[in-house]
Amino acid sequence: MSLLEIKNLHVNVGGNEILKGIDLTVNAGEVHSIMGPNGSGKSTLAQVLARRDAYHVTEGSITFEGRDLLEMKPEEAACEGVFLAFQYPVEIPGIGNTYFLRSALNAQRKYRGQEEMDAMDFLPMFREKLALLEMDDKLMNRSLNEGFSGGEKKRNEILQMAVLEPRLAILDETDSGLDIDALRIVANGVNSLRSPERAMLVVTHYQRLLNYIVPDFVHVLVDGRIVRSGGKELALELEEKGYGWTEHEQTVGARA
Amino acid sequence: MSTDMNIVHDLASREYEWGFVTQIEEDRIRKGLDEDVIRTISTKKQEPEFMLEWRLNAYRYWAQQERAQAEPKWANVTFPPIDYQDIAYYSAPKQKKVLNSLDELDPEILRTYEKLGIPLAEQKLLANVAVDAVFDSVSVATTFKEKLAELGIIFCSFSEAVKNHPELVKKYLGSVVPHTDNFYAALNAAVFSDGSFVYVPKGVRCPMELSTYFRINAAETGQFERTLIIADEGAYVSYLEGCTAPMRDENQLHAAVVELVALDNAQIRYSTVQNWYPGDKNGKGGIYNFVTKRGKCLGRNSKISWTQVETGSAITWKYPSCILQGDNSVGEFYSVALTNNYQQADTGTKMIHLGKNTKSTIVSKGISAGHGQNTYRGMVKIMKGAEGARNYTQCDSLLIGDKCGAHTFPYIEVKNSSARMEHEAATSKIGEDQLFYLQQRGLKTEDAVSMIVNGFCKQVFRELPMEFAVEAQKLLSISLEGSVG
Repeated sequence: MSLLEIKNLHVNVGGNEILKGIDLTVNAGEVHSIMGPNGSGKSTLAQVLARRDAYHVTEGSITFEGRDLLEMKPEEAACEGVFLAFQYPVEIPGIGNTYFLRSALNAQRKYRGQEEMDAMDFLPMFREKLALLEMDDKLMNRSLNEGFSGGEKKRNEILQMAVLEPRLAILDETDSGLDIDALRIVANGVNSLRSPERAMLVVTHYQRLLNYIVPDFVHVLVDGRIVRSGGKELALELEEKGYGWTEHEQTVGARA
Repeated sequence: MSTDMNIVHDLASREYEWGFVTQIEEDRIRKGLDEDVIRTISTKKQEPEFMLEWRLNAYRYWAQQERAQAEPKWANVTFPPIDYQDIAYYSAPKQKKVLNSLDELDPEILRTYEKLGIPLAEQKLLANVAVDAVFDSVSVATTFKEKLAELGIIFCSFSEAVKNHPELVKKYLGSVVPHTDNFYAALNAAVFSDGSFVYVPKGVRCPMELSTYFRINAAETGQFERTLIIADEGAYVSYLEGCTAPMRDENQLHAAVVELVALDNAQIRYSTVQNWYPGDKNGKGGIYNFVTKRGKCLGRNSKISWTQVETGSAITWKYPSCILQGDNSVGEFYSVALTNNYQQADTGTKMIHLGKNTKSTIVSKGISAGHGQNTYRGMVKIMKGAEGARNYTQCDSLLIGDKCGAHTFPYIEVKNSSARMEHEAATSKIGEDQLFYLQQRGLKTEDAVSMIVNGFCKQVFRELPMEFAVEAQKLLSISLEGSVG
């Protein structure tokens, strides 16, 4: 059974059809990259998978480990193992980073019938993950993402992912706003989380990130449809020829 | 579609937990208010002549105000006129004789406090808190009295203070809130039946939290308690109050007065968790909480801090204030006020700077949900002689849903040009982005809302004594339950 199976997915946002029939199968252990120009529907796909309710699925299905993902609330999807690293992580005043992360972990553990983790067990594990992301633990005493730089916010997303250990991690333009050092650190973090049990969906504009996080598959999303799928070399080809190339091919293909 | 659209307005799914009634014999007087009633109250309390005079004086002032219909009308709250002749002004649990120890207290009352989670039996007391319990009109039990007496600290019911320490009562009663202060303060001065009294002598740091727990039990009565706290030179005291009432369809009036006096180098911390019955989800019933609280920093370098968490009451009208008379004195006001369903709150503070280099801080956090209306009303007054005065004010409002309201009325009056004033204000809605972010990490909607709200209130909660802070957080979550769907 595939970890994630998307069939003929159509999604409306504010009355506009953004996704126009997506088919995608992701197996455990695989890293897929979704590439595409601005407005092609990449982030919409990420948000739908995380069950944001502003996005209306009009047709099609998504199953996650054989269960209907579209029936799940956002917190259920999260507890089942779907993690979204946000493109724009929000700031929430007054909630400590560490406290928040432990609450989230315990909410998920509770959902799965596992025992909650106390501070004594949590902290050593947490420190390890902090080191992995080369993060200053002083940041953790601050409020959630408050006063974090763009790069720190993105690293914090991957830190959360490292602590929560999801089955499916969706990275929504995690590379945007990162300088080259931060990009390397984030990619290291992500790569260390690759495992045969875990799948990743890496959403990005640029090929750059894929030099660090090498995908098994690349899909090109244009105007709400996957127009091409291939191996990692497809990303390089795109970099060279631009998205116009795939759009052109698509039109030619349609005529033929 | 935003979450605001999804917010379900079917609120308060959870019942008020403290709404039960204790079956107990009451000693109550007839409804209505006139000079005879005042005399009856004074006689029942076996008061000295000066108290009766003081009450009658207040009553006459109040009666005149009432005829002139001089109830304060400026607050941003609405309610039908109160018939002051339809309220019984004194109700007490019937006790056959004077109590010598807690064992002699009516077991029904003890059970009530146990149900409320207030341990009165001293041996069971884990927390380092001395409690005075006020049941309807009278104080029924004060714990740890003897231990405190060793340090010279007086912590007792107001009635006892009148009997045993008349010189202190005479000196300070009405010195901060005179009966002419406002309509409800006059009413309280005329009819107040009990309350707590604290005196901390020179140089003594009170080793435990002092606490009063107020309980309204009887129907068709009002509760009018009066608290007086005096911290002598160099003394320190931290005082907590909590309150609950049964669920009833009619509105009940609670008009209390609190006076604090801090002499040279003294410090008083006063914390309130107010959880009077707020009425049902359609706004029926609930307590009218019309309270005058004021502290006077009489001495140099004295400090008074008010911290309040107001989650209950149908209507709250309350402005714990500081008169900063002594040079270098400090006044603080930290407040969380929550209104859900049809609750209304008009609350804030007054900081009156008289002395030199006086400092005040105001942090107000208003949360509105359901159809709740929440008003911050604050005044900062820098008088002519207050050279080098400083004030920092921050008032933030958080809205949950789209049928509630937040209002802010700051008044600033500066008569000395050396004053430094800072004012920050912000209004925000619980954002769909924030909620979704927390949910995406596995938190349930209600836990996510509660986390956001607690984060919003953190600045205030950290001013509360530890045990109280935990209670306040829980209370806030319960009060918000059902506010987001």
